Amino acid sequence: MKVVIRNQGREVEFHGRRRVREVLAELGVLPETVLVIRGRDLLTIDEVVAEDDELELRPVISGGRP
Amino acid sequence: MKCRKCGDRAVLELRRHNTALCGPDFVNFFRHHVLETIRRWRMLVHDEPVLIAVSGGKDSLALWDVLHDAGYRTTGLYIDLGIFDYSRASKARCEAFAAERGLDLRVVAVADEAGAPIPAVRDVTRRPTCSACGLSKRYIMNRAALEGGFPVVATGHNLDDEAATLLGSTLRWDESSLARQTPVLAATHPKLVRRVKPLFRMSERETAAYAFLRGIDYIVEECPFARGATSITHKELLDRLESTSPGSKAMFLQGFLDKARGVFQERETVTLLECVRCGQTTTGEVCAFCKLRDQVKRGVRSAAPAVKAAPAAPEDPPAARGLISDLHAAAEIHAP
Repeated sequence: MKVVIRNQGREVEFHGRRRVREVLAELGVLPETVLVIRGRDLLTIDEVVAEDDELELRPVISGGRP
Repeated sequence: MKCRKCGDRAVLELRRHNTALCGPDFVNFFRHHVLETIRRWRMLVHDEPVLIAVSGGKDSLALWDVLHDAGYRTTGLYIDLGIFDYSRASKARCEAFAAERGLDLRVVAVADEAGAPIPAVRDVTRRPTCSACGLSKRYIMNRAALEGGFPVVATGHNLDDEAATLLGSTLRWDESSLARQTPVLAATHPKLVRRVKPLFRMSERETAAYAFLRGIDYIVEECPFARGATSITHKELLDRLESTSPGSKAMFLQGFLDKARGVFQERETVTLLECVRCGQTTTGEVCAFCKLRDQVKRGVRSAAPAVKAAPAAPEDPPAARGLISDLHAAAEIHAP
């Protein structure tokens, strides 16, 4: 599966099915700091992601606001 | 994971609430909590017009969406910081949001008020960029509200913002900041409008999820000047704490508001005056924004000859070179 890490311009390939929780752990990303997006869906950490899926990890942290 | 309310597939786990919800139930949950916060803290009166400071990010647009949906009389205020592509993209998001819903959006440019956009202001002041930017935004928000007849300004500060600010103030034991940290800043002077933060109990992730589920097109990229900011380091520390102990951020902030803030507030004795130049509130004779404007004017003046001689002036100090390039870039931004 392809995992696109938004704001870092980074893409990572994983082979085989795995849970979102495992993907995040392998990338060292805390679940609280991202939205995990597949197409138009948000995924919880226990969802299983298939080999041909594409995920976006969208950081939720922001700075600079009124 | 199943939605705790309806049993459908959950889209978001809320560890601090020990629950998970599907899309429609999460949207209802979010709205309910924001409106309950507004009610409990007496932030807004339903019929009064409210000016919402929007940045194009998830928080302020989510807030506008919730308030508009709940029937509040809302107007957006976009403060154009002049930060190159970042500002162009964020302004476009605000304009699109307002146009889709038929809402009024007002735009004020920092360059018109301070004499230069934020990248140039950064170079002529000793303040950290976020500090000069925050000062400009607070000043413009208050003045725009006063001039537009709005008794209240709402901002999109969320739980993570507020907890990170509290951590920073506590690490410095900044009593003045601790006294002022509240989700409702009262209008303690006729020239000061009330400022409220209806999202202060919603986490950054919850707000992002709400914006995503509502189909709000917000700017995901962070401000280029916020990279490496201390507030972001504080957020990362709190995220680690939250991941091992869900609910920590909320307990930290709510505990302060319930048990400690009053102590600092009692000791704070500030008399507000009116700035002799612009008439806005200040604790001295001239307000901080007018002083910033003076600094910008002096900086632009001293840089002006160097602008003409820029190709043959390698002896210019780095700070002046930065200002010159930013002024050139700023001139491009504001070109018609």
